[in-house]
Order: sequence, then structure tokens, then C-alpha cells
Amino acid sequence: MKHVPIIPASEITPREIYQGRREFIKVAGLGAIAGAAMLSGMSFDAAAAQSPRRKIGKFVKTPYGSDEKLTPYEDITTYNNFYEFGTNKSDPSQYAGSLVTRPWTVNIEGEVKRPKSIAIDDIFKLAPLEERIYRMRCVEGWSMVIPWVGFPLADLIKWAEPTGNAKYIEFITLDNQQMMPGQRSGVLDWPYNEGLRLDEAMHPLTILAVGLYGEVLPNQNGAPLRLVVPWKYGFKGIKSIVKIRFTEKMPVSSWMKAGPSEYGFYSNVNPNVDHPRWSQATERRIGEGLFARRRKTLMFNGYAEQVGQMYAGMDLKKYF
Amino acid sequence: MQRNNLIINAKIAFFVIALLPLARLVWLGLTDGLGANPVEFVIRSLGTWTLVCLLVTLSVTPIRLIFGINWLVQLRRMMGLFTFFYVCLHLLAYAGLDQWFDWQAIVHDIAKHPYVLVGFSAFVLMIPLAVTSNQAMIRRLRQRWKMLHRLVYLIAILGVTHYWWLVKKDVSEPFIYAVVLFILLAVRVYYKRPRLLGTFWRPDKAATGA
Repeated sequence: MKHVPIIPASEITPREIYQGRREFIKVAGLGAIAGAAMLSGMSFDAAAAQSPRRKIGKFVKTPYGSDEKLTPYEDITTYNNFYEFGTNKSDPSQYAGSLVTRPWTVNIEGEVKRPKSIAIDDIFKLAPLEERIYRMRCVEGWSMVIPWVGFPLADLIKWAEPTGNAKYIEFITLDNQQMMPGQRSGVLDWPYNEGLRLDEAMHPLTILAVGLYGEVLPNQNGAPLRLVVPWKYGFKGIKSIVKIRFTEKMPVSSWMKAGPSEYGFYSNVNPNVDHPRWSQATERRIGEGLFARRRKTLMFNGYAEQVGQMYAGMDLKKYF
Repeated sequence: MQRNNLIINAKIAFFVIALLPLARLVWLGLTDGLGANPVEFVIRSLGTWTLVCLLVTLSVTPIRLIFGINWLVQLRRMMGLFTFFYVCLHLLAYAGLDQWFDWQAIVHDIAKHPYVLVGFSAFVLMIPLAVTSNQAMIRRLRQRWKMLHRLVYLIAILGVTHYWWLVKKDVSEPFIYAVVLFILLAVRVYYKRPRLLGTFWRPDKAATGA
């Protein structure tokens, strides 16, 4: 079915080596730029935007999405919606260098036995890390296939010990204008927040991601910790999480506040329920070039078999 | 004689400059520079340049009114035709690259989504303006030609609305186009207010009627 080109192992440049080459080019280039910047007396902070790529030591491969063709790393890390760094797709990769992800603490609060906080390095050890290759469908009508590294959100929830009152879970992004200059604009109600029903959060497909392509998550993709819910539109996958709150009532997310008629709490991928302003029936797969045809969008982004029963009997036009 | 040379040179210069956005797209296409979503990039870019050309066309009259530079009028037809050229490419890229000439999907998209409908309406209204832009038509239609070409104001408003309605949340860029368009229209209203007032309120007639 899928054509896998056969490349002899001897032909493949090891990542260390090509990384080294790129590093060299980058350092040489930055040297020249820095020199020029000094000459012109201007500050130049693009150097900070390029955080070094680091491998994640240990994670296990899983069969999820192994039949999918991965979207190139370059596209996944340069075509982003992360309004905390600007509203253009290229802004996050250009400006997310100002985000400092160490030290980083996530606070757990609300309907839990007792509030807790956990450092990012301990989150890495909370559960065995796995690679999950998921389709990601943006509400704007494009999609990617991303090899995430992370662990089931359910593992963190068990560790957090929610009380019987907890029906929903709310996530909150860092609120810091210095590190996230896009928060100076009023385009959304900061800090960004998102929510899930507890059964959605406990679903085995729902993960917290700490990496992609076997490497630590780049800042522009939501470092150091982000949510991935593959059957929902991409904006549900909240980035750079600092707070997780268990609640009895349904949280109101930033996008629900921004456009109540356009963005609902569920935001499940659904080709039959259009965005009020554009169609959701098809999508453009990123990385396929100028002459590729749009694909048909699948119910629940193709994960209907696994998640469909959670919404049985619900009017998905009403609960969009 | 000198004036003629100036106009010819200005025409050549404008022609070359107006082709640069297209040349840039071709260059980026050949050098893999269109980014992660090349189809969107091409469509958006062509749409942007359509709007820019349209606003440039609409700035001829304000420049004339404020600075008294009258010869620019001789470039206006070319500006308008470049606007039409870019809107055709914009539409072709949408219909071809994005929709693969799936006419059913395109008709559905136009009918169902207001931002597409508004943009498409602007395009349809531009067709008669492009068709009647030659000297023979100007002579044949006379006063009606002027009336017809006032459609450009409506087209511009529809064009900016099209952009405004399609952005997800951040309207700061369409806002800039809206402000420029507002200024270009406001200058006209300001300079022509005696005549505009005259068409609605004629004190002499009011007096005789009383």
C-alpha cells in the first residue's frame, strides 16, 4: 500500500553529523549577523530564538499511526498557531526563543485531594514516555501527521488524585508578557485556557506531549508540556501548560470567549458541522506541495472507532 | 513632448513594478520558498496584491485633488487592469490549486460562505469595468461610462470586507486596508462636497417651491 523507499543504512546521514553541519552553518551565520548587528549598534535577538535541539533519552515506539506519512520536521516547527508569539504562522518559530522552559512547574488545583505542584523534570518521570504518531487537524482546514513523544494524560490524573466532584479538567498556559510578547495584544483573553470532560481526559488517546520527532518539544510547539487530543481541532491542544485545575463545572475556554458562535467546548473534528464561516468537509495536508488535492476530513479525525461512544446520543450540531 | 515622455516612462515603470509580485511568487515557487502551506500562500499573496492594486488605482483621484498632479490619470487604466489581472490569478489559484476545479464544491463554497460570496461578487462586478476600459467603450458610453465605473467604490468595500471576514481572529491587517480605503473615499467626499450637497439639497428649488 504505502511505498517506503529503500535507502541503504550506509547512505543515511546520522543525525549527529548533519546536526553538526547545521550547527556549524548556524554558528557561522550567527557570527556574521552578530558582527553586523554590533557594527550597526542594533540588538539582535534571533540567536535566542534558536534553542538547541535535544534528543529525548528513552521512549518506546507504539503502533499508533505507523501507516501514516510524517509531516516534515521543518513544516511542523515553522507553521504554527501560537498567538502568544504573534498571529502569523511564522511568528512562533521566529519569536518563541524568549520562552524559558527550565525551571518549569505545573500546579495542580481545584477538585483534588490536595493541591500539588510538580517540576517538569519529574513530569518526564511520571510515566514511561511513548511515541504516538497522530493526525492533527486545525480548525482552519489544514492537517499534519506528527510523531509526538509523551504519556497518557490519565497517568497524570491518577497521580493528581481528583475528588469525586471533578467532572472537567481545565488547563492554563503561562501568563508572562516578557516571555510571550504576543500577550501584549488583546487578540485573545490571556492566559490561554482549554478544557476537557474528565472521560475525554482519561481516554487512552489523550496525551501530554513533551517532545516530537524523538526530541524535546521546540518552544514554538508548546514546550515544555502540551496537550494533544487527536480527535479534536488543534486549538484544543493547549501549549506551555503551567496549571491544571479539576472542576465541577464546564470551563469556558479562550476561544469560546473569543467567538461563542464559532468555537464550542467540544470542538471535535466533524466534517458535517461547518465552521460558521468556512467548510470543514475537507482539509489540506501540510507538506504535500502546491499541486496536491485536499483530503476528505474524517469524523473525529479518523478516531471515531476509539472515541465515538463518548458522544453517543449527543447532538453534535448543538455541542460543536 | 516632454510630458509625453514622462507618461510613457511612468507607464513602463508601473508595468514592471506591477509584475514584481507575480515574479516573486514564481521565483519562490521554483526555489521551494512558498512555505509549509504553499497553496494558501499563493492565494493569499495574489489576494493581497489585488487589494494593493485596487487601492493604488483609487489613490489617483485623491492625489490629483490634493497635489494637483493630473497626469497620473493616464496611468489609471493600467492600474485598474492590473487589479483585474491579479484578481483573475487569485480566483484561478483558488479554483485550480485549492479546489481542483471541482465546480460543485466551488458553487457551494460561494453560496454558503459570506466571505467567499462577497469576494466573488467583487470579482463579477469588476468584469464590466475591465471590458469597458478601452477608448472605444469610453466614447460609446460617455456619461454612462462614468456611472458604471463608480462601481469601483463598491468593489473596494466588498474586497476589504472579503479580507476582514476570512481572518480567524486578528483583523489588524484587514484593518489597515479598511483605513486606507476610508481615507481615499473620505478625500473624495471632502473635495466634492459642494457638488454632492447640491444633488441632495438645492436651496434655489426649495425656495421657489415654498
